[in-house]
Amino acid sequence: MEILIYGVINSVTLVLMALGFTLVYGVSRLPNFAHGALYVVAGYLTWIFMNRLGFNYGLSILFALVSTSLIGAAMYQFVLIRVRGMPISEIIASYAIGLAILEGLRWGGLKGSTFTLPPFIEGSIEILGVSVDFQRLLVVVIGIIMLGLLWVFVTMTKLGLALKGMAQDERAALTLGIDSDRMAVVSMALGSGLAGVAAVTLFPLGNIVVEAGYNVLIMAVAVCIVGGLGSWTGAVLAAFLIGFAQILTVVYLGAHFQVVVALVSIIITLVLRPSGLFGRQKELEERV
Amino acid sequence: MTVDNKDRRLERIDRGIKVRSDGVYAISSWLEMSYLVAPRLIFILGLLAAPVLLLPVPYWQKVLSIICMYSLLAISFDFLANYVGLVSLGGGFYIGIGAYAAALLNMKFGLPPIVTIPAATVIGAIICTVVFLPCLPLRGVYFAIVSLMFPLLAARIIEALDIFGGTDGIVGVDGFSSPWIEQYVLILAVLIAVFFLRRMITEDVGLVFSGVKDNDQAVKASGINITRYKALGIFIASSLGCFGGAVLSHIYMWAGLSQFALDFSIIPIAATVIGGGGTLIGPVIGCLILVPVSELLRDFGTLRIAVYAIILTLFIVYKSEGIMVFASRKYEQFERWVSI
Repeated sequence: MEILIYGVINSVTLVLMALGFTLVYGVSRLPNFAHGALYVVAGYLTWIFMNRLGFNYGLSILFALVSTSLIGAAMYQFVLIRVRGMPISEIIASYAIGLAILEGLRWGGLKGSTFTLPPFIEGSIEILGVSVDFQRLLVVVIGIIMLGLLWVFVTMTKLGLALKGMAQDERAALTLGIDSDRMAVVSMALGSGLAGVAAVTLFPLGNIVVEAGYNVLIMAVAVCIVGGLGSWTGAVLAAFLIGFAQILTVVYLGAHFQVVVALVSIIITLVLRPSGLFGRQKELEERV
Repeated sequence: MTVDNKDRRLERIDRGIKVRSDGVYAISSWLEMSYLVAPRLIFILGLLAAPVLLLPVPYWQKVLSIICMYSLLAISFDFLANYVGLVSLGGGFYIGIGAYAAALLNMKFGLPPIVTIPAATVIGAIICTVVFLPCLPLRGVYFAIVSLMFPLLAARIIEALDIFGGTDGIVGVDGFSSPWIEQYVLILAVLIAVFFLRRMITEDVGLVFSGVKDNDQAVKASGINITRYKALGIFIASSLGCFGGAVLSHIYMWAGLSQFALDFSIIPIAATVIGGGGTLIGPVIGCLILVPVSELLRDFGTLRIAVYAIILTLFIVYKSEGIMVFASRKYEQFERWVSI
């Protein structure tokens, strides 16, 4: 029972971490390796707004999300747009930006005391004999709400449909008057916002540390690769696969192996089926 | 006075001396010969003289060793990325494997550095090649991501299984008998690597390599086994990295988890981008710039990683050709405005 409940929670955590990454990749084919950095930035900004500038919790979360989105959009608009279409340069550039942000934060911001965000609701509840605190339940709830909102966004709104069009066929979208660069900026902003949502939901469970950035990046990449880059259903399913695999290894093998599971699953997936479980890339593009 | 760029364009023409020294006229006069030889000679003699020049400052001698070690990695990255078409982000993996192999050979069997370094180079390169073998059919981004995962995975596995000294690493590896040996071994390795690879890429093997990079289907259609050539490329590149790692473990007298660290994956890439990819000498120049900068910033802790990440971003976005390509263009060609 414990495995089931914590498996679900862990899986939804992974979904939250990966959503932004897979959104950006799906729309603009940009592997945003600064995703983890944006995640930490969102948590740190929330803390700054709350403790230094004295806003209340809700307001600082809102401000942090908006500013993270703006940072993401600016990153694309001013830097990444110039290396668009060169996959390796995209990876190196976005990874370098992420590295600069994370290590800059480690040097200038996140040091000395511990940084924590309070949980939304204190306390815990017993579900089927397992005690779960409210924050972890909220993670699941928020994860499901975010998935729902995203689904509504891409199927019902004009902007969302434009993004979907870009993801499916960039040329056709261009002929229909969808500005591909503008959409990429929008997707970066949304993706960064999603990283921010994940951050404010997940950081109350622990401290705000720089290492979280690297972990989130590894997890997001793992989920997206196993699920197939750019595929949403794949990402969710892969999150559950990896989530449960992790909980099982923690229970039966020990906590050390948690990250190993993610890394091994990436390598196995890439070697056996590079497009992932649900990827739609052409076979020839990725292997000989 | 500003001239409208619509009516004119910049034309680049090879310098006369470049054209003459390309052919048999290179030996027609001292000028042509020195035009050809001077840049190479400055590079070789400069590197060979560096330890002597740095004699008054022992600390920077140490930095020179580190520069050479990173140069080896950067050369291997450049070779793999620009001549074989495999972008390997896992430089730390080669270093780590080489370091652990050398340390284990030294500690378990009591072999001296003169045996462990070549042995670790070969054994490490074989291990790396075998580990990368299943990933060789991948290309582009997919190979890059897998190779990025390997050093992380290796470090986590050593940590989780608590083998090879676990998080403490292997302590008490033999050091070099004198700092001169340490530096000249590395410098000679860099020189040999640069000139060996430069020679190799113009041979038949190099031609197949660039074929694999540009159009692997065509190479396959010619009845050549791509995977074998990619494995050979990985072997050459990882032997450079493993050599660096083996020497590193003897310099620090220690092999540990930090030798799988991201530093070893990032600095070579940054150096290659800054120095100019595809030149093989460019990465060395990049290391000569980057590593001292990062040493000067050592007091600022992790800020230096941020600094070179920013330098890397600026270069890849605004000056992606790199210093070496830029310099050799200036050296070989002159520019003039022509009206259209």
